[in-house]
Amino acid sequence: MNPWAPFEWIVALRFLREGRLQTLFIIGGVAIGVAVIVFMSALLTGLQANFIRRVLSAQPHLQLLPPQEVVRPLGVGGGAVESAIVQPPLQRLKSIDQWQKVVAEIRTTPQVAVVSPAATGSALVVRGDASRAISVVGIDPEFYFRIVDVPGKIVRGSARLTASDILIGTDLASDVGASVGDKLRVTAASGASNTLTIAGIFDLGNKGANQRTTYTALHTAQSLLGLAGGVTSIDVTVTDVYAAETVAQRVTAATGVEADSWIKTNAQFFSAVNAQVTANTAIRFFVGLSVAFGIASVLFVSVVQRSREIGILRAMGIRRGQILRLFLLQGGLLGLAGSALGSGVGAGALMMWQRYAIGLDGLPIVPVTLELPLFATALIVATFTGLLAAFAPALRAARLDPMVAIRG
Amino acid sequence: MHKAFNVGTPIETEVLHGIELTLARGEFCAVVGPSGSGKSTLLNIIGLLDRPTSGQLRIGGAETTTLDDVALTRLRGHSIGFVFQYHHLIGAFTARENVMMPMLGDAGFPNAQMAERADALLASVGLAHRRDNLATNLSGGEQQRVAVARALAMQPALLLADEPTGNLDTKSADAVFELLRGVNRDHGTAILFVTHNPALALRCDRTIEVVDGMIVR
Repeated sequence: MNPWAPFEWIVALRFLREGRLQTLFIIGGVAIGVAVIVFMSALLTGLQANFIRRVLSAQPHLQLLPPQEVVRPLGVGGGAVESAIVQPPLQRLKSIDQWQKVVAEIRTTPQVAVVSPAATGSALVVRGDASRAISVVGIDPEFYFRIVDVPGKIVRGSARLTASDILIGTDLASDVGASVGDKLRVTAASGASNTLTIAGIFDLGNKGANQRTTYTALHTAQSLLGLAGGVTSIDVTVTDVYAAETVAQRVTAATGVEADSWIKTNAQFFSAVNAQVTANTAIRFFVGLSVAFGIASVLFVSVVQRSREIGILRAMGIRRGQILRLFLLQGGLLGLAGSALGSGVGAGALMMWQRYAIGLDGLPIVPVTLELPLFATALIVATFTGLLAAFAPALRAARLDPMVAIRG
Repeated sequence: MHKAFNVGTPIETEVLHGIELTLARGEFCAVVGPSGSGKSTLLNIIGLLDRPTSGQLRIGGAETTTLDDVALTRLRGHSIGFVFQYHHLIGAFTARENVMMPMLGDAGFPNAQMAERADALLASVGLAHRRDNLATNLSGGEQQRVAVARALAMQPALLLADEPTGNLDTKSADAVFELLRGVNRDHGTAILFVTHNPALALRCDRTIEVVDGMIVR
């Protein structure tokens, strides 16, 4: 006997050891349940992170735009019935009012990481006989590149943006037959034009974006688009992407400018993510329930099998509380052992997944990370589940009448 | 003392009627009677495994009928040892560990003194050489002797033996009886010995006969 172990531990461990096959089976059952939960949780987390990374890699978490032009027809009043066909107004390129003040205000808002003003408008790029319609995005690289990692997507040249530089996409470069160092004539709808030098060619991973999107310095775009010191949007990233909507509401309240979060503009995607989370939670709950019932049923059988032993223990002076604790311990130990094994199996399955579930690009289909908190949580929850599951059989054991138990 | 089952129901049955019994310290007393006479019920009440419906029970001068379950359990563990017809050893433990069990449950943690006492008790029942064997690996007679040793672990003032030789062959039965006689003689432990064997009953200091829930002799 272990001189350091109290009575309940000694008896609980010995009981589990005696029913070795039964114990191994229930530990195996718990392990399978925990492995499923660990695997699914890590996979879902990786899937979500992958989706969000792809969605947000080329867009800000919040975007502020100037209010849309609206038509306010003059009413005739006096209860007269009005019948009119209202033409929707043309949305002119306009700046956000007092944008510098708005930017400064947003920068003081909690959970805001980066704020980047931009001037965006349509233009035409001409080179020789080739011409293409483009979107000119005038940016402050110091901030914008922290929102969209344009330098990381440069395939030729560099991400330099002086007043006379332009960055274009691979498909646009191909369409106009241009390369790094070549000049492009960019003409805006207002008639203003500028000749810019291609400093770098990028690949955003999207053909449409590579054909249309171009980047210039903010001042260059402002001159070209006739914005005279104005900006058409303010892009914002936040520290917690899931809190983007809350921050957007805070920004709107503080600045008076409508802020749209990525959650709002990607509502369908976010609903899909939420649905996945709900489904995963439901599956984990029912797996956990089946694990709990498994432990409880095994311990109920154990109580019946050992009723005479419980009776004689009570007869020799063992208290009800000690009997209760020794069965609770068995449940907790089964949960702990099963979760330890299951965590190992789950981790192994995840490593196999990372190694063999590969896409055409040679990268994992869904990258997953083995995070310690996931395994620690699985261990704690499964142990606690084992304790809870053991409560009913432990109570039954403690309440056994020793006289009845001994006589059978 | 009276004992009835299903009290307050249409099937209420009184099984012990006005039992008056005094057992002196160190007395070796046989309890005989036909099956169903109430011998086991009497033993259960004396052993604090059951409560009388009315009347009093004193152990060592202390009134027990007003004690709660915790106090009864403690008194039972310290004052009374049990040997049943079936040994009721815990198969997952060795002979030595089974004998240590009452002491371990009382103290909470094992210690060297418990092990020494268990070894001494096993030696006194002639099983020192089998102390490390699992209970399931002992013969029927050996298991019953270990049960006797376990019953003595807490040095009880009273030992209740409910047909301890009922499942044993004549030789083993005799050995167990002599063991109990030796315990009575050497330790001064009072023994209530329920038996169907008149020859064994005659070898006790006194015989109590229970018939139809009453002591007739």
